[in-house]
Amino acid sequence: MTPEEDPHRAIGAYVLYALPPAEEHAFENHLAGCDPCHREVVDLLETAARLGAAVRSVPVSPQARARTLQAVAHTRQDRPPHRPRAPGRRALRLALAASIVAAAVLGGVAVRQHVEADDARARAVRAEQQARTAGAAITEVLTAPDATVHTGELTGGTTAAVVVSLDQARAVFAAYGLPALTGGKVYELWYAAEAGDVRPAGLVAGSAPNGTHVLKGSPAAAVAVGVTVEPAGGSPQPTTEPLGIIPLKT
Amino acid sequence: MPHSFDPHARVEDLLARVADGDRDAFTGVYDALSGSVMGLVCRIVRDVAQAEEVTQEVMIEIWRTADRYRPERGTAKAWVLTVAHRRAVDRVRSAQAGTEREQRTGVLAPERPFDEVAEIVQDHDEQRRLHRCLTALARQERVPLMLAYYQGLTYLEVADALSTPEGTVKSRMRAGLRRLRACLEADA
Repeated sequence: MTPEEDPHRAIGAYVLYALPPAEEHAFENHLAGCDPCHREVVDLLETAARLGAAVRSVPVSPQARARTLQAVAHTRQDRPPHRPRAPGRRALRLALAASIVAAAVLGGVAVRQHVEADDARARAVRAEQQARTAGAAITEVLTAPDATVHTGELTGGTTAAVVVSLDQARAVFAAYGLPALTGGKVYELWYAAEAGDVRPAGLVAGSAPNGTHVLKGSPAAAVAVGVTVEPAGGSPQPTTEPLGIIPLKT
Repeated sequence: MPHSFDPHARVEDLLARVADGDRDAFTGVYDALSGSVMGLVCRIVRDVAQAEEVTQEVMIEIWRTADRYRPERGTAKAWVLTVAHRRAVDRVRSAQAGTEREQRTGVLAPERPFDEVAEIVQDHDEQRRLHRCLTALARQERVPLMLAYYQGLTYLEVADALSTPEGTVKSRMRAGLRRLRACLEADA
């Protein structure tokens, strides 16, 4: 993308799976902060699927059918069957520990203007399947009908966003402008509960922190997401002042 | 093999049971949709043996991720075909990675028909409607959609194949899909 280009123009190519990976990633970052885009993507994906439904069916051989059913019998599902959420846990009130800085809520996610060559090369060497799987998980959250977008500013003026889907019990964190860390240090994400409990929500490589990440665990009981810098491997509890928090307001 | 599901159950309902780990329900989903998946994948990868592999990948992915299906976002078939489309395109792209890829767009451009509307089957009302709406699109909007969707070209490759500016292709893909959607809805 060139800096002047309207990012919405990419919606059609995104839906057709016709964006090169780096641009797809940049578009998903934009999508995280763009409710109208989100609706359009859901609508147009349905339209694109009509193109798929118009192709003549080809029966699968009985052998192939047997192989697949056999394989499924030995394949674990990605997540265990739905756990019912206790009612009331979604009642979000912002009552965070006093040590946490109040976050300034901004209007949207910073759209990355261009893709750095190094970044593109690094992505190219990543195993394609792995990238696709992670991308799909991010897309699932960003396009969930109940997805809500929460933004905040981190120390140093970086804008960060968290997209939450309670239906999917998942959240995605997106940030651009986070400085790279040295000495093996990592950015650690945290879910903060209203009682002030903080639990780890995943690590972001300090050497390449920018982009979109699926958080570890469900955002169901969380009222905010915090970011701290931690030693290599992360910490069970924050050991530094948060760079910022993103309140998950409803 | 005895099945504990109603053969007339809606695929959406079966998929909800698959999300809870019900393998019989998965067999039902498989029997309902594997032919459509295989058809679409064959169309994109153009090789039966590879299409069979990709179809297996797709159906296993459906098994693993059935809990991500959201009925309010569309039919089960649309969701499964979206997964199938992506996996088929992944296969085409990884098979053609590197220098060959460039050659491929070049070779396809003059020899393969851009306008594959004729290949759209018209067995059902729904398919006839799609055919009508595709035909109603301006060629410059239809061709980029067809090349991207059925041949797995990126918008950059489409731009190259059609000698059209990249930004224009992007805009036409979006405009074409929106117009197609409007036509399908108006005609429903």
